[in-house]
Amino acid sequence: MRRAAAWLRWYVTELTGENAYARHVARVREADATAPVPSRRAFERERLERRYGDPRNGGGVCC
Amino acid sequence: MQFPTHARPRSIAIWTAVALIGAVGWSMLALYRDEEVSAAWMVAAALGSYAIGYRFYARYIQTRVLRADPTRATPAERVNDGVDFHPTDRRVLLGHHFAGISGAGPLVGPVLAAQMGYLPGTIWIIVGVIFAGAVQDMVVLFFSTRRDGKSLGQIAREEIGPVGGIAAVIAVFAIMIILLAVLALVVVNALAESPWGTFSVGLTIPIALFMGVYLRYLRPGRVAEVTVIGVALLLLAIASGRWVANSGLADTFTLSPRTLVICLVIYGFAASVAPVWLLLVPRDYLSTFMKIGTIVLLAFALVVTLPGLQMEAVTDFAGNGEGPVFAGSLFPFVFITIACGAVSGFHALISSGTTPKMIQKETQVRTIGYGAMLMESGVAIMAITAACVLDPGVYFAMNASPAVIGDTLQSASETISSWGFSVTPEQLAAAAESVEEESLLSRTGGAPTLALGLAAILADILGGDAMMSFWYHFAIMFEALFILTAIDAGTRVGRFIVQDAVASLHPRFGRMRATNWLPGIAFSSAVVVALWGYLLWVGVNDPLGGINTLFPVFGISNQLLAAVALAVCTVLLVKSGRLRHVWVTLVPLTWLAVVTFTASWQKVFSGDPAVGFWSRRNQYQDGIDADQLLPGAADLDDMRTIVTNATVDAVISAVLALLVLIVFADALRVCVRAVRNPDAVRLRESPHVPSKLVAPAGLIPTSEERAELVAAGLGPGGGIPEQSTGPRATAKAEAGE
Repeated sequence: MRRAAAWLRWYVTELTGENAYARHVARVREADATAPVPSRRAFERERLERRYGDPRNGGGVCC
Repeated sequence: MQFPTHARPRSIAIWTAVALIGAVGWSMLALYRDEEVSAAWMVAAALGSYAIGYRFYARYIQTRVLRADPTRATPAERVNDGVDFHPTDRRVLLGHHFAGISGAGPLVGPVLAAQMGYLPGTIWIIVGVIFAGAVQDMVVLFFSTRRDGKSLGQIAREEIGPVGGIAAVIAVFAIMIILLAVLALVVVNALAESPWGTFSVGLTIPIALFMGVYLRYLRPGRVAEVTVIGVALLLLAIASGRWVANSGLADTFTLSPRTLVICLVIYGFAASVAPVWLLLVPRDYLSTFMKIGTIVLLAFALVVTLPGLQMEAVTDFAGNGEGPVFAGSLFPFVFITIACGAVSGFHALISSGTTPKMIQKETQVRTIGYGAMLMESGVAIMAITAACVLDPGVYFAMNASPAVIGDTLQSASETISSWGFSVTPEQLAAAAESVEEESLLSRTGGAPTLALGLAAILADILGGDAMMSFWYHFAIMFEALFILTAIDAGTRVGRFIVQDAVASLHPRFGRMRATNWLPGIAFSSAVVVALWGYLLWVGVNDPLGGINTLFPVFGISNQLLAAVALAVCTVLLVKSGRLRHVWVTLVPLTWLAVVTFTASWQKVFSGDPAVGFWSRRNQYQDGIDADQLLPGAADLDDMRTIVTNATVDAVISAVLALLVLIVFADALRVCVRAVRNPDAVRLRESPHVPSKLVAPAGLIPTSEERAELVAAGLGPGGGIPEQSTGPRATAKAEAGE
């Protein structure tokens, strides 16, 4: 039961992209532990801009 | 990957059993003629066929036709910028891709197709997905993965040429406008004169705004959290709708179809001009969650209750083409109407956009591309089941236009009973009362019918009759929500295409391309909104009923887009030296071409005014000239409206078919050249880079794959061995296991 809940939690955070920030920070820090990382707010804005900046390539319209 | 030369006895036994289950399901559906058939046979036929198609045909395509190469790094592995390109766990990507491709189409089309009985629709939903729809999605995904995740339009331009490429882009734009108009019409028909529905769907706008602000300023990036809050508010909105409908506010939210059109047009414009974080992004999250949640809930309820199908297997309307829901005979119109549940051109846009940038291995295209489309087809099966669970008399009363059944319970009951589906006015009144709606007559568009069927199924396991009205409005909300999301996103995509087109007309218009120049954004949004808004207005005001006219046009356009995608796939198979296997896409392409061109021809030129737009136009024009009112028209204004609408529809159908013919001709030219002179072929494939990533191909790893993962020290999600040390990988592995 607890394992199922943990799996569901992992799945939802992966699916929604909620852990994109944590992944990015880990990526940057992997090379250099003191490297500067963007704040979460700045990162999420940047990410949104790139995802929705040009919707012509798979703009999420479907039927 | 090779086929095992000696299949194990256990595997042979399992697959024989699966085949038998499917065969029994099909036999019961096709041959059982007494009383009602249980939905269990529907489930057996569908799941049995899907399993066989996935295990054998999709595997054949992956290993023999596409020759997917596990040693070749995908764009996600090569580029891996952590944003667009990111190797994503196949189980997560399957959910992502499914959420991307699924929409209102497979819910609406099968409901309308049910007028010909449950059998024709069910056969095409299952056969079509196995041999056409899922093949298209998978092959497009594969070729786009080989090309750094380029879009279908880019691939068409590069591999076919500028003429075919430009025709394809124009076709995509036109098809999107039609899609938006039809979807908006479905929403209008579902919400018109329904204060409960209008109020609760209207509340989704402030809910989305709140979520947008929350995600932008209060807690950036906490998507799961804000979605949970949003869904809770949504359920509250549905529940409070009943209270509003029974209060003095009811009149405020009882809107006519025309008022709703104006609201939708203003909404579409505002959503396209507003920043995405405010409305579009939160709506996306909300509708994705509702979509997946409701589909899972419905699948569960259907399997638990296994209701009986009330509709006949094949009704008379399949043969005589005089159906009240849409005119025309089984061939080609059942295929046109089912549309997205069996094969959808729009999926090619998703399969060639986001997903290829996230896939870990080429060998996963079967799981993601083929698998997600099988799930989509399963949704279509649920929709046709929900429609066929209803009493056929109620079904026809909801889906025939007032021009056919009149606008009183008495006239509807008499007309429908004369078709052989006996229904009393009391039954019709009771159906409306059970979901607390004023009337269910002529609630065309499929959404209310689906909602009623869904409510009946869900109420069977959760809440009983007392919950019928809640589930009905829950289902209406569920459909309206993602249709509105499609309207937001579609208007925005259209806006970008218009901005780009205007800017490339003349250097002086270069500023139009800027994504932050408000006059440009407002102008191009207005153009897009005006285009679909006009079609929507035409549909709402059509005295002969809008859905029965517009839905076939939408179906044809969607299937034409699928044909374009399959033509691009065929060109790529020929150019990449897979000529021997070209039938894999050429057979569904030929079938779609025959279906869509026959349908286009009949819609434009058929001598039957119920089917052919041109003869309808002439018939009513003659009526105007002779100063004579024809059936369906109350006055001369109605006559003129019918003439204008028929002309517009005829022109749209003809232009679309011509555009696709241009693409076909150009594709054929490229293929002939490639066959004649294979050495001169230039493929725009990205180079082979060896892959370091280890990941299973299917959802459940095989024993060899499991051993490989263990040897590399990876969890079931896979990854790159040397990078996967450290706390992050271990945490992920633990969570994934």
